[in-house]
Amino acid sequence: MDETQSLQEIQLVAFSLADEEYGVDIHYVQEIVRLLTITRVPKAPGYVEGVVNLRGNVVPVIDLRKLFSLPMRDVTDRTRIIIVKIKDITVGIIVDGVSEVLTVPVNDIEPPPMANNNIDQEFISGVGKLGQRLLMLINLDKVILNLTQQ
Amino acid sequence: MDMNQYMDMFMEESREHLQSLNQKILELEANPDNHAILDEIFRSAHTLKGMSATMGYERIAELTHEMENVLSELRNAKMAVNTNIIDLLFRCLDALENMVESIVGGDNGDMNVTDLVNRLRSASQGGFVAAPPPKMVKQQDVPTAIKPLINGPVSFEFNSYELSLLHEAQRKNLNAFLLNVEIEQSCVMRAARVYMVFRNIEEIGEVIKSVPSVQELEDEKFDYTFEVVVVTQEDQQRLVEALETISEIKIASIRSIDFETRPNDEIMPKETEETHKTHETHETEQSPKHADVIDTTVVKAQPTTEQVRKSKGSQTVRVDIERLDSLMNLVGELVINKTRLEQISTTSNISELNETIEHIDRITTDLQNVVMKVRMVPVEQVFNRFPRMVRDLAKELGKEINLIIEGSETELDRTVIDEIGDPLVHLIRNAIDHGVEVPSVRLNAGKPVEAVVRLIAKHEGNHVVIEVNDDGKGIDGAKIREKALKKGIITAQEAEQMDDAASVQLIWLPGFSMAEKVSDISGRGVGLDVVRSKIEALSGFVEIESKPGIGTKFKIRLPLTLAIIQALLVHVGSEIYAIPLGTIDETTSIQPEQIRNVQNQEVILLRSNVLPLVRLRNLLEVHEEAIEEEELYVVVVRKGDKKAGLIVDSLIGQQEIVIKSPGKLLQGVRGIAGAAILGNGHVSLILDVGTLY
Repeated sequence: MDETQSLQEIQLVAFSLADEEYGVDIHYVQEIVRLLTITRVPKAPGYVEGVVNLRGNVVPVIDLRKLFSLPMRDVTDRTRIIIVKIKDITVGIIVDGVSEVLTVPVNDIEPPPMANNNIDQEFISGVGKLGQRLLMLINLDKVILNLTQQ
Repeated sequence: MDMNQYMDMFMEESREHLQSLNQKILELEANPDNHAILDEIFRSAHTLKGMSATMGYERIAELTHEMENVLSELRNAKMAVNTNIIDLLFRCLDALENMVESIVGGDNGDMNVTDLVNRLRSASQGGFVAAPPPKMVKQQDVPTAIKPLINGPVSFEFNSYELSLLHEAQRKNLNAFLLNVEIEQSCVMRAARVYMVFRNIEEIGEVIKSVPSVQELEDEKFDYTFEVVVVTQEDQQRLVEALETISEIKIASIRSIDFETRPNDEIMPKETEETHKTHETHETEQSPKHADVIDTTVVKAQPTTEQVRKSKGSQTVRVDIERLDSLMNLVGELVINKTRLEQISTTSNISELNETIEHIDRITTDLQNVVMKVRMVPVEQVFNRFPRMVRDLAKELGKEINLIIEGSETELDRTVIDEIGDPLVHLIRNAIDHGVEVPSVRLNAGKPVEAVVRLIAKHEGNHVVIEVNDDGKGIDGAKIREKALKKGIITAQEAEQMDDAASVQLIWLPGFSMAEKVSDISGRGVGLDVVRSKIEALSGFVEIESKPGIGTKFKIRLPLTLAIIQALLVHVGSEIYAIPLGTIDETTSIQPEQIRNVQNQEVILLRSNVLPLVRLRNLLEVHEEAIEEEELYVVVVRKGDKKAGLIVDSLIGQQEIVIKSPGKLLQGVRGIAGAAILGNGHVSLILDVGTLY
């Protein structure tokens, strides 16, 4: 992959949440782990599921379904926690499953659709088109900012 | 020669020696006649000198060398310990400290020490005037001269100073050896081997001479052999053992040096003259490296039991804190996987596997505890420097101050320890400069002349508390308001509405200073706001309490973010919470019918005191079906002076836990002090009683 090409493509970790496909920029992703035992934190903001022990570090875990007002799902074998790091904040995101790492040309990313009833617009930075598949790109900066302000 | 690999060790050890020098000189001031203290000071100074000379920091070596001269005058009782000398020694320590720190900053540690050196010289010289001249003393002390007897050819001659050292050694029944050390031809860093040889020898004795000189050895100006003369209380075998551990060297020969006693007059008159001359050059000696060889007095070789104990007691290894962090995380990982294994074993039910897992369980738990403890350092490390500082300040200001340090064994995480020093210095300076009154004022106020400044560290609840108290004049709220008004920090209206307690809080504002005049010690306006921001950066907080005429109390509360505490684990529903033991008064069980309602608040009578009750289930929003119990468990906690009973579902037990931050996202959540990882790898939240209800 040469220089110009790499500038025009981004790599995404694709995951599913309530039957929809989402993606986060791979640069944010530290690792993907199986569902760990989550300890509930009383009085924490609503979509904070709790905290987990990630190899000796206590990491908060958030549930985007609650933030995006998506229907809840039961935990399955495919449920994962994506550990992301934004600036110096490490957070785990519960997802229904992680499918793959995708390379999407920047040209194929469109601004978020204006009418989306479920998800707050500000948390989606764009929609990636991959043939028939549509991937919603999570704006992690916004999600975390929103969280820290609560 | 490349000394970089020894750099860290040098820095750490220098700091340690400076710290102990500071402490010991303080002790010496209190007990001027105690020779044991003097000896220890001497040893530290000497080691420091040797180390710095080896590392090529000549100024440090020069200064310590001159200090040593003064110390040896004290030791030989040619001079009495007095305040001037103590002050001078302290001044030297400061200079040394500065030099050592400048080396950390990448400098070569060169500083102009001429002034100090001159003062030290005149001090030791002044000692000569006061006491009988050294030549005379020497002659009295040394009625007979000695001539060392060594079998076989010797390539060098002893000078008179070395002879006197040998004599001294003989008088103390020490053994002297002449060692011929050979370094392997393949050895790349010869000087490093030499350094190690000297180090090992100095653990059990003293090198009083080497051929070639230390200077030349360090510069690698020698082939593959060198000779050293060693004075030690140990025997030959022990000496050989001490050196055997060094690789790439070989002891070619070891010869014992005996002494032949000759009447004094048999020494050539010329030599007596030389004694004097050497002594003179020795006084004005500029090259400390050379001095290193001459000046090894026999103090160090004195076989005190204390010394033996000491060398055994300090078997430590310095480790980079990052390595500890990664070790800690690895242990955490181990714990998680152990839990997995446990789960597997419960389903598979193989007894052999169970046994092994139990074993692993025990090991990992121990390992976890050890690693956590390793990171903790007693606050003593920070507190140690204060007696000296207080002494100097008190002297400078003409105040009498008794510094009382309590709880210096309280442990804090290393990272916190490193940061807490500066704010404490600031607070103590403030207490002494602004708080404590001069003796005449104190007398008039009916207080004892000697003011008491207390520095207390303790666990309080889920924090480590460090208090700086003084019994000085306190802070006058009215004065503060006035000042703040004048500076435009508050408006006249605000000033009117403020009571004294609120006014005192104004001192935290940036740019606020109460000093009437700017002094060297404090009051430059870079004040308490800096202290506060520093402590807040450690996510602690600082409070002030002040009563005019009675004193001021600063209370720093540092979170145990990384500290280990004892906690009581309790069940609330199926969740496990940790309550720091420090906040707990007692645990008790009650019958539901004992609960009364007072103004819509559940209370019980506990030993005829009314105790408000808090149901943790409700407070922590545990939405599980509560089982009606016949007995309720109550944990009685303290928040300041107030007590409350927390109703929990069951008590699990007491456990040592490490407080971890629940991450930046959850920092503001009330009632939660942090999280702890339990033995099974699960996270349990630690309740912060202070903000819980």
